[in-house]
Amino acid sequence: MSTVKVNQKARKRAKATDKLATVLIVTFAMAIVAILLGLLGFILFRGLGHISWNFLTSVPQTMRAGGGIGPQLFNSLFLLFLTMLITVPLGLGAGIYMSEYAKPGKLTNFIRLVVEVLSSFPSIVIGLFGLLLLVNTFNLGFSLLSGALALTIFNLPLMVRITEQAFAGVPKEQKEAGLALGLSKWKIITSIMLPVAIPSLITGTILASGRVFGEAAALLFTAGMSTPPLDFTNWNPFSPRSPINPLRPAETLAVYIWKVNSEGIAPDATQIAAGASAVLVIMVLIFNLLARFLGRTLYRYMTASRRMS
Amino acid sequence: MALPFSTEDLSIYYGEYQAVKNISMSFPAQSVTALIGPSGCGKSTFLRSLNRMNDEIAGSRTTGHIWMDGIDLTASSTDVIKLRQRIGMVWQRPNPFFKSIYENIAFGPRYYGTKNRKQLDEIVESSLRKAALWDEVKDRLKESALSLSGGQQQRLCIARALSVTPQILLLDEPASALDPVSTGKVEELISELKDELRIVIVTHNMQQAARVSNYTAYFYLGKLMEHGETDTIFTNPTQQSTQDYIMGRFG
Repeated sequence: MSTVKVNQKARKRAKATDKLATVLIVTFAMAIVAILLGLLGFILFRGLGHISWNFLTSVPQTMRAGGGIGPQLFNSLFLLFLTMLITVPLGLGAGIYMSEYAKPGKLTNFIRLVVEVLSSFPSIVIGLFGLLLLVNTFNLGFSLLSGALALTIFNLPLMVRITEQAFAGVPKEQKEAGLALGLSKWKIITSIMLPVAIPSLITGTILASGRVFGEAAALLFTAGMSTPPLDFTNWNPFSPRSPINPLRPAETLAVYIWKVNSEGIAPDATQIAAGASAVLVIMVLIFNLLARFLGRTLYRYMTASRRMS
Repeated sequence: MALPFSTEDLSIYYGEYQAVKNISMSFPAQSVTALIGPSGCGKSTFLRSLNRMNDEIAGSRTTGHIWMDGIDLTASSTDVIKLRQRIGMVWQRPNPFFKSIYENIAFGPRYYGTKNRKQLDEIVESSLRKAALWDEVKDRLKESALSLSGGQQQRLCIARALSVTPQILLLDEPASALDPVSTGKVEELISELKDELRIVIVTHNMQQAARVSNYTAYFYLGKLMEHGETDTIFTNPTQQSTQDYIMGRFG
């Protein structure tokens, strides 16, 4: 009888602990959601009123009120495109190498260490490094290309690690099935494993892209803090006035927000910063949703399944 | 069809540990050979070495020979990828590709050069028929293979292995994760398939070994203890250890 009582006591205590832990965990989760909603609400509340078609498309004004963020918005998107153009192939390649080809050993561990160190570099240091190496030594000047290369430096480690984990997460039975069928390693990686890894890869790409949208410090000294007058009818990538010339300076939305906030002298500088911040947040959200949708469609197409697993 | 397929003095090591010890045995054509023995006796390792899947395990090492058609499969000059096309394999847990039912079957043949849609359709149908799955899936070939039940998935994996017309089929406990009805179907399938290819099956189920196999090999501690016709092994084994295992006294 006595042992039964003890057991009941222990069980009661376990139940209480379980309840307490559940309450704590749920509270933490709710706190995170609350912080996110609070931030979003604050930014949107302050900025939404200032957003108009004119604000999104017109050029900024230095002295007068009524300036827009058109070129900056385009710069952010174009810089994202350029950065991902460099980051994704490199990151995929290196990640697949680390996961599928590299043999465990000193060299592999060293590469992994380098990747980790690279990802924890302060962005201002990377900005200065970009200024010295890309802008001055390589003579790329303050340009979109310099900015994209600087951003690649700290997006690449993220992309490599995410690719490596995505491929390591594919059940090994899938690989075995491919091997037993007599498929080459390359075929197994591209046709069997890649489709399964797609959802994780998309998530990784979104994370990496988010940093591009938000980064300011590394871009101050690489992509520059100004934008030449752009002619949106000129699509010759070598023309200095063309929006798609990768060698022109380009301040992004995040850099512009910082600039307007710290040294803006237009009478409506505060509103412009608030509006631009709201636009930035909305862009990140839209990009997230779009990328997820794209990933799901791709996954469905490649695996013939109805839902993401 | 009478391809000689045999091992000669085959040993497999994991580091210093010798998991399979100097095994010489042959697998007659148009027959099923069952590999039995207690867990850790080396039978699965032995099976996996027959199409050199064991090479994938870091630290594994093989000595001796595997002969097929007069070619030594263990020779370093042997094209492992080509060899695996001729030796199909199915595992304990079904592992269909994350693709449609059709694509699971068509993938191998297309890789080997069959691009014609009509020919592919025929291969898909005949492979699924051979695996006794066609009637159950013919109206849903475009659906994900993962939407099938476990038993159906396992037969799909067998159909996938058959799609590239192998001469040998290696089965690693193919029915041990299935319900009795599915197990029955897979066993029936094995009996039918043996007319076309030789089958080597690892199983823990004595009744299953007795039901489906023509020959049985008993493994113990990495050694081949006894090998002969299934009837003889089950009714009149020469080794005490074989008898004890079959009677369920250990293992």
